[in-house]
Amino acid sequence: MMEPSVSVGRDVAQVAAVPALSLHHVTVHYRQHEALHDISATINVGEQVAIVGPNGAGKSTLLKVIAGLQPISSGTIRYFGVERIVPNEIAYVPQRLQIDWRFPVSVSDVVLMGRVGRIGLFRRPSRHDRLLVQRALERVGLAAFANRQIGQLSGGQQQRVFLARALAQEARLLLMDEPLVGLDIPSQDEIFRALVTLRQEGVTVLTALHDLQQAARYFDRVMLLNRTLIAFAPAREAFTAANLVATYGGHLHLLSSGDGLLTVADSCCNPSLDNTL
Amino acid sequence: MIDVLTAPLNYAFMQRGLIAALLVGTVCAVVGVYVVLRGMAFLGDALAHTILPGIAVGYLVNGANRGALFWWALGAAIISSLSIGVVSRAARIREDTAIGIVFAAMFALGVALISTVRNSAVDLSHFLFGNILGVSEHDLWRIALFGTVVIAAIVLFYKELMVVTFDPVLAATLRLPVQAFDLLLLILLAIAIVVAIQTVGVALTLAVLVTPPATAALFTHRMHSMMIMAALLAMLAGVVGLYASYYFSIASGAAIVLVSTLMFILAWAGSRLLRRNS
Repeated sequence: MMEPSVSVGRDVAQVAAVPALSLHHVTVHYRQHEALHDISATINVGEQVAIVGPNGAGKSTLLKVIAGLQPISSGTIRYFGVERIVPNEIAYVPQRLQIDWRFPVSVSDVVLMGRVGRIGLFRRPSRHDRLLVQRALERVGLAAFANRQIGQLSGGQQQRVFLARALAQEARLLLMDEPLVGLDIPSQDEIFRALVTLRQEGVTVLTALHDLQQAARYFDRVMLLNRTLIAFAPAREAFTAANLVATYGGHLHLLSSGDGLLTVADSCCNPSLDNTL
Repeated sequence: MIDVLTAPLNYAFMQRGLIAALLVGTVCAVVGVYVVLRGMAFLGDALAHTILPGIAVGYLVNGANRGALFWWALGAAIISSLSIGVVSRAARIREDTAIGIVFAAMFALGVALISTVRNSAVDLSHFLFGNILGVSEHDLWRIALFGTVVIAAIVLFYKELMVVTFDPVLAATLRLPVQAFDLLLLILLAIAIVVAIQTVGVALTLAVLVTPPATAALFTHRMHSMMIMAALLAMLAGVVGLYASYYFSIASGAAIVLVSTLMFILAWAGSRLLRRNS
């Protein structure tokens, strides 16, 4: 039932180079309590990683910390070998609720915003910038929607606008927080197709996810997170009964059947989002 | 028929009033686009009111010298907009509550100061409701100068202001100086308000900031076209309002605002009809 991750035979030479991201004993406090404890992990260039865990496990916090939007209490984070964020190299897509969809901007306006840091102050977008925007929209299949107001797109299309923005930004590390929440199955498939595009571009992807099956199916490795890092490995190795219990704790129901199949349900917060594996 | 349009122009004060209406309408409409998109209407109204103590102090120090009053008003607006940020951060209260506290206190201070000056009734009403027909040539130059500064800043920082307004999270990830741009917008807003005080007064400034952009938003889906359309609508409302004020003897500031509101209502009804038919 469990499928192997999509890309097993990745370019070994690339992997051997400097990692895209390395977390070294990272601890984060948020409003006096410890949100993340002693996280250490190394993510290779071009790798696509899913972060899974129950609500409140610190998935969003981890992404924000990596994006540099929230301070760490101790530890170090290295991006492509350096301990300093190169702003344009990181793209962060928060949960979609935080945007005003009535805002008077077109799809290509939003994608062009990804280039603002690279264009620099007092300068107008060049032909090169517009070309990158156009190309990014083509790569996520939204070229026909370039002049639409963003509120006129479907949820999946809106998410892909932000993927296109990351491409136009020429980001090397993409962080996404629950990009599939509220999307129907065809829209989710569109996002996964866009992820394949990002893989071809060599973009490293780190995504918080709810669905363990999708994490196993589409991502190279998964992080099981619940304030501490329980496991970080390809899904086949990470999703053991012991790890899942350690991650989901009392909210978890494990049902073992004869052929070693495991059914997992996260009954904590949203019964409609049961994860099955 | 032509006489109806040209007759008021025989008066120099009407000519100056019309030019003031065009300039102020443009500046306030363009800045107002940010007020509408960022939901800063309450802040805009508050800032307009907090200018009063600045004007009062200026009046006590410099007398009725318009040029000096302008600077006092601008200083008061900038101090209030900064203190609103400080109060909401330091006292850990919601920003609109902080605005309410600073706004009411400053306005009360202004009224208190003005009440100490005898026979000030006429001047106070000018500041509350504007006196566009009393605009001098000197005032026009000042309005034009500061209006140009505001528009130039918006053109120069257009893309950054758009990112900071639309997606503060992206702005933060790109390491744009978000607070500096927020501050810049506050200062531009303060200048626009001080410029508007003379034409429509403290009490009606909010309308010239909010109504034309809100009307434009019904028809356009791009920020720059919203700015251009809002400016054109504001100019039209200014001209029509002044003529109405001339022929029907109504207060000029109120006439401009009412024309602007009427245009919004017509546009809103029109856009509803368009949508139903499409």
